[in-house]
Amino acid sequence: MADAEDIPERRIHPARATLRRLFRHRLFVSGFVLFGIVAIVAAAAPFITDVDPNRLSMRNKFLGPGGAWVFGTDSFGRSLWSRVVWGAQLSMLIGASVVVLNAVFGTLIGAAAGYFRRLDNVLMRVNDALMAFPAILLAIAVTSVLGPSTINVILALSIVYIPRTARIVRSSVIVLREMEYVQAAVAAGAGHWRILRHHILPNAVAPMIVQLSFLFAYAVLSEATLSFLGVGAVPPTPTWGNIMSEGRDFMREAPWIITIPGVALMITVMGLNLLGDGLRDVLDPRLRIQQ
Amino acid sequence: MFGCSAELIRLAIRSLFGAIPVLLIVSLISFGLMRLIPGDPAAAIAGLSASPAQIAQLRHDLGLDEPLIFQLAQYYKGILQGDFGRSLLLGKGVLPATMERLPVTIGLSMYALLMTLMIGIGCGIIAALRQNSWMDQAAMMFAMIGISVPNFFLGLLMIILFAVKLGWLPSGGYIPFSQDPWGWVQSTTMPAFSLALLQAGLLARITRSSMLEVLRQDYIRTARAKGLPGRVVILKHALANALIPIVTVVGIIVSLLLSGAVVTEALFSLPGMGLLLTQAVLNRDYPMVQGGLLLVTAFLVAVNILVDVLYAVLDPRVRYG
Repeated sequence: MADAEDIPERRIHPARATLRRLFRHRLFVSGFVLFGIVAIVAAAAPFITDVDPNRLSMRNKFLGPGGAWVFGTDSFGRSLWSRVVWGAQLSMLIGASVVVLNAVFGTLIGAAAGYFRRLDNVLMRVNDALMAFPAILLAIAVTSVLGPSTINVILALSIVYIPRTARIVRSSVIVLREMEYVQAAVAAGAGHWRILRHHILPNAVAPMIVQLSFLFAYAVLSEATLSFLGVGAVPPTPTWGNIMSEGRDFMREAPWIITIPGVALMITVMGLNLLGDGLRDVLDPRLRIQQ
Repeated sequence: MFGCSAELIRLAIRSLFGAIPVLLIVSLISFGLMRLIPGDPAAAIAGLSASPAQIAQLRHDLGLDEPLIFQLAQYYKGILQGDFGRSLLLGKGVLPATMERLPVTIGLSMYALLMTLMIGIGCGIIAALRQNSWMDQAAMMFAMIGISVPNFFLGLLMIILFAVKLGWLPSGGYIPFSQDPWGWVQSTTMPAFSLALLQAGLLARITRSSMLEVLRQDYIRTARAKGLPGRVVILKHALANALIPIVTVVGIIVSLLLSGAVVTEALFSLPGMGLLLTQAVLNRDYPMVQGGLLLVTAFLVAVNILVDVLYAVLDPRVRYG
């Protein structure tokens, strides 16, 4: 497998070695670039838009892309550029929040279930039940119960995805728990907390990072789906799903209202998928799809 | 042959019993959802224009004025008698409403499954046989796009192109297969394709890697060396074995298609389960949401059990493993 030239001559820090391998990975780099563009646009939203995304201007409705309005205007004469850029910010915010909540609670639940056999049965039955629901339907039901808002979308998506993350963490923890070096730590008298923190979880990080990058993509996608269906952030909040949903009535005369946020969504999801593929190949080669 | 069918029955019974705790928790979650509505659920369901008397009446009708434990007992009693509640919007039972709509969703999902298998396995095999060629690259690029295009966006693009611009296909609406088979094909082709593309992309990647794995095996080299024509080697020797991991993902694909249908049905206004439940949610028809969510999830669990048994039929290793 490893060619002679892959073996570094000098000792370099493992993290740097991994980074170096990542940035030599074609898929990772293309994903990084695509996602990076969206992330930068999202972060720079206040500086690159000069029109309020909700400012109405009925005289200027249905202007096509190009010209002073960049992406044109929608049925209320609102600047599509402003709306799509601010929509990017909201998508990133929701995606990142879901990822953080998953990282924290998915790890806690997964580690507890995988490490403490007594908890495993209870936690995993609840987990299985939550995973048995059709994902998007559960998210729709939860947001509608809690009320449509950005925070509730984040909560609903977390409820849907944390069981999936927990399951992945649990399966790595179960394997690691039986490793000899962990048994050695037990024999040396290390407590549960120490074993989990120092011996098990650091080794479960790689599959977790891979999962979280795909999860980011699902979260962005699901958020757009929820707001498209009318159960996400309340209009006129500029989310990609809301913009596309409003554009549906004007498909004939103004198709760009749908296509522009749709392409933005696609670029984001594709960037994250490529990023995830690259991370998987480099960090977790067992799961690698043969190249 | 007969011995194996006894094994299968045992496997089926075991899976059914395994599903009981999951379904119990699923039913509890469905029950709890409506009661989690912040404030007064009855007021939320009745809407802003309802008078206090109307709200009180609704609260009474839904049994929300009873103690929680009594409500729960009523709920399970109903389920055991096949009563999953009444839809406020449709004014009929949740079970008959679901039974009416489920065939639409199943038909759509099966059509999408057919497309997924044809596109996914086809692209995967071509990519594996011409590894690293432009065809491989193109097939994998196609798979990546398939994985990344949101299905509702793909649906909208197809509506804009094929319905609005070209006028070839209807942009929505549904014609039952029993009424007019060709009309059914016309009304479900775009929805099925927009549903299928994501899964087809995933399947193409899995097929490719599985096929490459098999093509590397010694027995393939042996088959080639003894002079069998390439077609025979690929179809009879390689594909048969490459299909095993593919069969294991078909079950997952079926579940994903059935749940993905929610969005597709809402987009194309196909009167299936997905549309029924999204409308119930949007109209705060929570009894329908509660019962429908449980029924749909139970149906998915049943499909998964069926698929597990099917694996066992196809792969003896599962049966005795």
